[in-house]
Amino acid sequence: MALAGNAINFSGVGQTFLTGTGSLTALDGVSVTIAQHEFVAVLGPSGCGKSTLLRLTAGLMKPSTGSVSVFGLPVTQPRDDVGIVFQKPTLLPWANVEDNVVFPARHKLGRVTPEDRAQAQAIIETVGLAGFEKRLPSELSGGMQQRVGIARALFLNPDILLMDEPFSALDALTRDMMGFELLRLWQASPKTVLFITHSIPEAALLADRVLVLSERPGRVIADLPVPTSRPRDETSLGSPEMQDYAAHLRSLLIRKEAA
Amino acid sequence: MTAADTPDTSAAKTPKPVTAAPSAKTVPLKERLLRTPVALPLMTFLLLLILWEAGTRLFSVPSYILPSPSRILLGFEAVPPGRWVEHIWATLRVALLGYLVSFVVSLPIAVGLAKSRLLSGALYPLLVVIQSVPVVAVAPIIIVVLGTGDAPRVVITFMISFFPLVVSMTTGLAATPPELIELSRSLRAPSLREITQIRLPYATPYIFSGMKISITLAVIGAVVSEFVAAEKGIGYFIQFSTSMFKLPQAWAGLVILVAMSLLLFQVVSQTQRIFFPWSLPKGQK
Repeated sequence: MALAGNAINFSGVGQTFLTGTGSLTALDGVSVTIAQHEFVAVLGPSGCGKSTLLRLTAGLMKPSTGSVSVFGLPVTQPRDDVGIVFQKPTLLPWANVEDNVVFPARHKLGRVTPEDRAQAQAIIETVGLAGFEKRLPSELSGGMQQRVGIARALFLNPDILLMDEPFSALDALTRDMMGFELLRLWQASPKTVLFITHSIPEAALLADRVLVLSERPGRVIADLPVPTSRPRDETSLGSPEMQDYAAHLRSLLIRKEAA
Repeated sequence: MTAADTPDTSAAKTPKPVTAAPSAKTVPLKERLLRTPVALPLMTFLLLLILWEAGTRLFSVPSYILPSPSRILLGFEAVPPGRWVEHIWATLRVALLGYLVSFVVSLPIAVGLAKSRLLSGALYPLLVVIQSVPVVAVAPIIIVVLGTGDAPRVVITFMISFFPLVVSMTTGLAATPPELIELSRSLRAPSLREITQIRLPYATPYIFSGMKISITLAVIGAVVSEFVAAEKGIGYFIQFSTSMFKLPQAWAGLVILVAMSLLLFQVVSQTQRIFFPWSLPKGQK
């Protein structure tokens, strides 16, 4: 039933976890379709199952109800055509930047070819880390570490990029800059992006579309296209339509929290 | 690139305070002592030795109660160097073999405990029971069962030194960030590679903590086994000398044991420092 050009499809997805004292419903009746090369931000309060959405797409867990399909095929096992960027960079502390970036190849296939090295070099340059190939993660700033995390996710050239609050651990200045860097990367090499965040400006600035999730159990309470055309820059958030849009998102989130 | 995005090399480049000769006069003595890490404990140690020597002479303490440091030095000379080497080698060999066995046995057990909750539930209580057995009491039984070669001694050493290794390895293997395990799963990598490329390297700092505790325990294990049954080794030598009332000699053996433990500990520490510098806590690089 998935249309051509659809990358990810959630159909009536619910997720219930068993806990020590009973069960916990993280997601309930989520039905969303994400087109290929679309940049979708998922906005919601903490603990609303945003990350679960991401793990379902990656095939790291199975939905309790409903189904998830990627490129028209149901997700039944972990898939290697998705790149994941985590909240923390979670790099290998003993490996330098280059080795961290080629790690998916070493880990998946057990070897690293010269072509892999060349590919890593190209990606390292793309994310702006040229000259830092031999540095250890501990020698890099938080922003640079997350660049390595993004480079690692891009290494296998995935069709889908899953980002779980990737910039939330960074300071405000670095965070804005990383957002624009991400847009630049995405425009140079279009991918379907599922971007989890709890920042309204970040969602509005980066995404084509913003999904607002309710508090647990997470349901999609709004699915709103971002009104401003691309390319966007620092001034995009200042326009009246974007101000209204951000205010609307905020009211949705606050109403939910008051309820 | 902005200031927020520049590499953090401040920790690596902070210059260490230099104790240069010209500044020596201006810096108070207390400060200078604190800056040279070896000086302070060495002075304490020398002071203790002097007090010890003076005390035993002043109160003419018989050497079978407490020999003075100078008498202990004579104790070293009472035994030919070749004999010392034989004793040292016997103890060192058993300690190292037992330590090696501990490591080789601990590793698969720790991997099993960390990976499988079933195995962990089945095995862990048993390991605690083994750890709770007073090895000194079991040692004679082990000697009877396994005979008088190196084997029973290695087993005793193993029993004393393996538990900290298992615990530290298991803790380390379980301390891997869950994100990396997810990354491994999403790459559909073989399970063995998840252990060798992610979990084991991540456990390195924990493994070294365990190894540092275990290496001194291994020396204790070797000595305990020699107390029970041996015809060579420092433990045997101390027991033999004591029974002959040659206390300065026994003390000399004790000094050698302490030196051996310290040396082995340093070997483990330096191995980590040289080959796994990233695994050291911040500020110790």
